[in-house]
Amino acid sequence: MSAAAPIAPVDEQADSGRTLGRRGRRRSAPGGNLRRPGFIIYGCLAAVVLGGLFPLWWSVLIGSHHATILSQTSFPLWPGGNFFTNAATVMDTVPFWRATVNSIIVSTSTALSVVFFSTLAGYAFAKLRFRGSGPLLVFVIATMAVPTQLGVVPLYQVMAKLGWTGELTAVIVPALVTAFGVFWMTQYLRQAIPDELIEAATVDGCNMIRTFYHVCLPAARPAAAMLFLFTFVMNWTNFFWPFIVLGPQNPTLPVALQQLQAAHFVDYSLVLTGATLATVPLLILFVFTGRQLVSGIMQGAVKA
Amino acid sequence: MSSAARMGFRSRASAWDRKYSPYLYISPFFILFAIVGLFPLLYTAWVAAHDWDLIMGQGEFVGFENFTHILGERAFWISLRNTLSIFILSTGPQVLIAIVIAYMLDSHLRAKTFWRMGVLLPYVVTPVAVALIFGNLFAERFGLVNSALEIIGLNPVGWQSDSLASHLAIATMVNFRWTGYNALIFLAAMQAIPRDLYEQAEIDGAGRVRQFLSVTVPMLRPTIIFVVITSTIGGLQIFDEPRMYDHSGRGGSDGQWRTMTLYLYELGWTRSDFGRASAVAVLLFLLIVAIGIINFTITRRIATADGGKGRQPSRARLRAQKRAQRREHKKEAAR
Repeated sequence: MSAAAPIAPVDEQADSGRTLGRRGRRRSAPGGNLRRPGFIIYGCLAAVVLGGLFPLWWSVLIGSHHATILSQTSFPLWPGGNFFTNAATVMDTVPFWRATVNSIIVSTSTALSVVFFSTLAGYAFAKLRFRGSGPLLVFVIATMAVPTQLGVVPLYQVMAKLGWTGELTAVIVPALVTAFGVFWMTQYLRQAIPDELIEAATVDGCNMIRTFYHVCLPAARPAAAMLFLFTFVMNWTNFFWPFIVLGPQNPTLPVALQQLQAAHFVDYSLVLTGATLATVPLLILFVFTGRQLVSGIMQGAVKA
Repeated sequence: MSSAARMGFRSRASAWDRKYSPYLYISPFFILFAIVGLFPLLYTAWVAAHDWDLIMGQGEFVGFENFTHILGERAFWISLRNTLSIFILSTGPQVLIAIVIAYMLDSHLRAKTFWRMGVLLPYVVTPVAVALIFGNLFAERFGLVNSALEIIGLNPVGWQSDSLASHLAIATMVNFRWTGYNALIFLAAMQAIPRDLYEQAEIDGAGRVRQFLSVTVPMLRPTIIFVVITSTIGGLQIFDEPRMYDHSGRGGSDGQWRTMTLYLYELGWTRSDFGRASAVAVLLFLLIVAIGIINFTITRRIATADGGKGRQPSRARLRAQKRAQRREHKKEAAR
């Protein structure tokens, strides 16, 4: 018996822990996943979620009233009817549609490109043998710790030399592939593609790129979708570099919001209408893809 | 004959294909990183050693003159103080709250995905919008926070005029956006903790709080280090929130919340002084490296201090105890 105990499977241990039950109240609650949460936990979590929603709700509230609402003695509890008037003023003040289209262009093109190049590189690192692959991968990972944002001054000069300042290319090109993406796809593809499959494709006469196309791409799909989403969100919310390199004529949404604030800083309603309008597209995206974002973060955490 | 030649070419091509394709596949990252990452970073040091104007371009070589000038500016030291203060106010509470949220999520919840998504929601809001909204909530006059403080009988806070209060407001924006994200990272790490550790702690008589402190938190240590290091790199470069906290974007009337990146931007693009802006970039780079080294040594010390001695025997002891108890239990059952 004593010899068998150390290799007892986890299930049996959990089981015996339960039957052991020294305290009645926590008989089946040894911690972690097996705990039954009480209403306190639900209450706290609800508070956290509402705390996250409240600022957005507040933005809708104020954005749908006239700015004078803020100087009144009590705050509004319900949205007013001024949202569309405010929205019209927002669009008159800043090139809002242009900014939205620009944000869509920037986020989509960078996300597609990051997914493609990262999958390609991740496939090479995970599944192909070549001299120096180990150190090169370490190099890629190390670059994640480099604060490249601090190179803005020369980067701006490069863009000015190329005549790209004020153009979307200046925002898109530096974001075409990321170290995170390469690392992410490497980690995923390492376990997602059996080596035999690649060998089989080679035996069947596939060259390298066809093997990539037929074996790697289908297998990469789930991780690629998550990488797409993360890159999309990252570029949609990005401000620093677009703010520096894009002019007021051709902004992305965050840059347009900055212009709006500069133009209407006394009118909080207008500013928050703009904030609401800029946030809604991603909230809609989040409703449909939040699940993937959640599991993406959790998978990335375990692997990293 | 011709077919044999083709075969020869084929196999040579395929050997080349096999040998060089991997390099071709990984090259986009390295080429792009060299051009938009590494080169600008290195060239920053070169620009910092010159008189360099945004419009006029490169001027005279001035050596360390830009650095000595910057280090002599009060504004620089205030921006350093602000950066560190906002960084500490955001990272510390964020990690703590994220761990607690993760602990709550790591239970047998109904509608798990709903709660996880709910916690993550603020992540998709662009920091600029976050700053606009919180800028309104923290407005000194007619702001919701100050009104609430007045209702409960407290004095309104100068969320912009007082520097510590402004740091707190900006840290709140950062925490708003990232706490849920980090909670999910911690949640993933918590789920990887072997469940029998909890049982063994339970057998030792540890309550839920004790289990959290003695099992969960120690087992999360690598993840905590990971989160702190990643938020160091980003947090010290903070720009969006302080830039958008008021309409002038200069970090307050007296630079109360002007961070180093904001200072860099102002030097470079408002005052057209690329040389000094680059000097700030170099100094910020050194700061990030220094804090990275501090992080590293602290975490190593913690890891060697009790990882080697304290935990291992105690876990073994727990297991032995548990085995003994189970044996006793079996005996009892047999009777």
